[in-house]
Amino acid sequence: MSKFGLRFVALGYLAAILVAPVSLIFWRTFEHGLHPVWVSLSSGNTLHALELTLIITAIAVPANTVFGIALALAIVRKRFPGKGIVNALVDLPLALSPVVVGLSLLLLYGRDGWIQLPFRVVFAVPGMVLATIFVSLPFVVREVVPVLREIGEEQEQAGATLGASSAQIFRRITLPAIRWGVAYGVVLTTARCLGEFGAVTVVSGRIVGQTETLTIHVEQSYDNFDVVGAYSASLVLALLAILTLVMMNVIKPKEPTQ
Amino acid sequence: MSGGLATLYMSVIVLLPLSAVVWRSADHGTHGFWSAITNDQAVASLKLTVAASVIVAIVNAVMGTIIAWVLVRDSFRGQSIVNSLIDLPFALPTIVAGLTLLTLYGPRSPFGINAAYTKWSIYLALLFVTLPFVVRTVQPVLHELDQEMEEAAAALGARYGTIFRRIVLPNIGPAILSGVALAFARAVGEFGSVVLISGNQPFKTEVTSVFIFGRIESGDSTTAAAVSTELLVISLGVLLTIGAFRRRTTRHDRV
Repeated sequence: MSKFGLRFVALGYLAAILVAPVSLIFWRTFEHGLHPVWVSLSSGNTLHALELTLIITAIAVPANTVFGIALALAIVRKRFPGKGIVNALVDLPLALSPVVVGLSLLLLYGRDGWIQLPFRVVFAVPGMVLATIFVSLPFVVREVVPVLREIGEEQEQAGATLGASSAQIFRRITLPAIRWGVAYGVVLTTARCLGEFGAVTVVSGRIVGQTETLTIHVEQSYDNFDVVGAYSASLVLALLAILTLVMMNVIKPKEPTQ
Repeated sequence: MSGGLATLYMSVIVLLPLSAVVWRSADHGTHGFWSAITNDQAVASLKLTVAASVIVAIVNAVMGTIIAWVLVRDSFRGQSIVNSLIDLPFALPTIVAGLTLLTLYGPRSPFGINAAYTKWSIYLALLFVTLPFVVRTVQPVLHELDQEMEEAAAALGARYGTIFRRIVLPNIGPAILSGVALAFARAVGEFGSVVLISGNQPFKTEVTSVFIFGRIESGDSTTAAAVSTELLVISLGVLLTIGAFRRRTTRHDRV
């Protein structure tokens, strides 16, 4: 009896908070048929927003994959000055308000900022890329660190004893062992990059047709009473999110043993 | 080599920008900082944000544990689909989450429930985005928990409630707490899912992230930086607490 009670409570809660709202968006999008959705999605601004989202993601994901693996290796295998700070800061993007992230980049690269580059950073694509890299930084690190701890160092040391260079050890021993953790981290990073809104919106200046990503396009369309536009772009993002869930299930790493 | 590289990357991407925020917040001295964070509207938004995050964290503690329990101990058709749905709030962009909630619980709600532009809408948005935290921290611990202890207690005549309180809860307690702390930290900084549905009325439904956003838009970056520094301190504080707590409990496990 109480077993069914708990099941009812759990599933009812999930239905009200999660399933009902997300399914309703599919219905609302196609409320007036397929045609307006198609017109909205094939408009220049939507396509440009999608393109910009994909460009930013295509830069941020590889950067955070390469440096994420380096960070994880450093945290697990190395001792170096500043390790404590690195360790404490690596999770911060998960817990920090994205608006603060956006502001930090405005202040650092803006008019009176400490760093002045020969090209425009703030209110332009480079700033949006930096914001996206900031918020999606932890995912690869967090997936790779437990795997590295679990596999231990014996094989790497054996390789070194037999005369392998550190590049060979990484390519032949470490990388094959962590590849599923990396893959899972990459999927999470990609989802975060595609969906980032707060940090990007602050640094973008929201210039229609120039610095508008797909998430910003959703918000701007809604504010301009273009409900079909907002729902259509949301639908694309929701489908990408569902694709992410499917990928997560395909490459789910084994639970790291505590 | 990789240690230096890692430190450099963290410094450029995270540490340097955040230092710029803290630096700017002190632009007009400690007095300026103090008057920025004691600004009525800033205080009201922070009170609202922290109170909403506490409420949401408590609801998550209960509902997250129940959901984790149902996913691990119960079995029913479609369970694996429900299990993968838990991660949807991680995968779904926050602005889309806000729009979906507005669709169901807004002015055009098919059920006639209109929570838009009230505090309830903030609770809803925060519950949506923080759903996975407690479930995903409790689930693996519950999975590893040996059911023999519970069976022994049941055989000795302990009732369901007693078994849960005396055996299950002490084992999953640390996981619940760390999930709750993460959910709290996430809720305090939430922006995208709240911004469409809450109406952002100063003193009523304006959360701190939205307040900071407004200050940035109106060019008052010193106040924005001061209040951001407050959020930064809260986030770092929660993370360091979780870290210290984890180190203590894992050391305890190994002994």
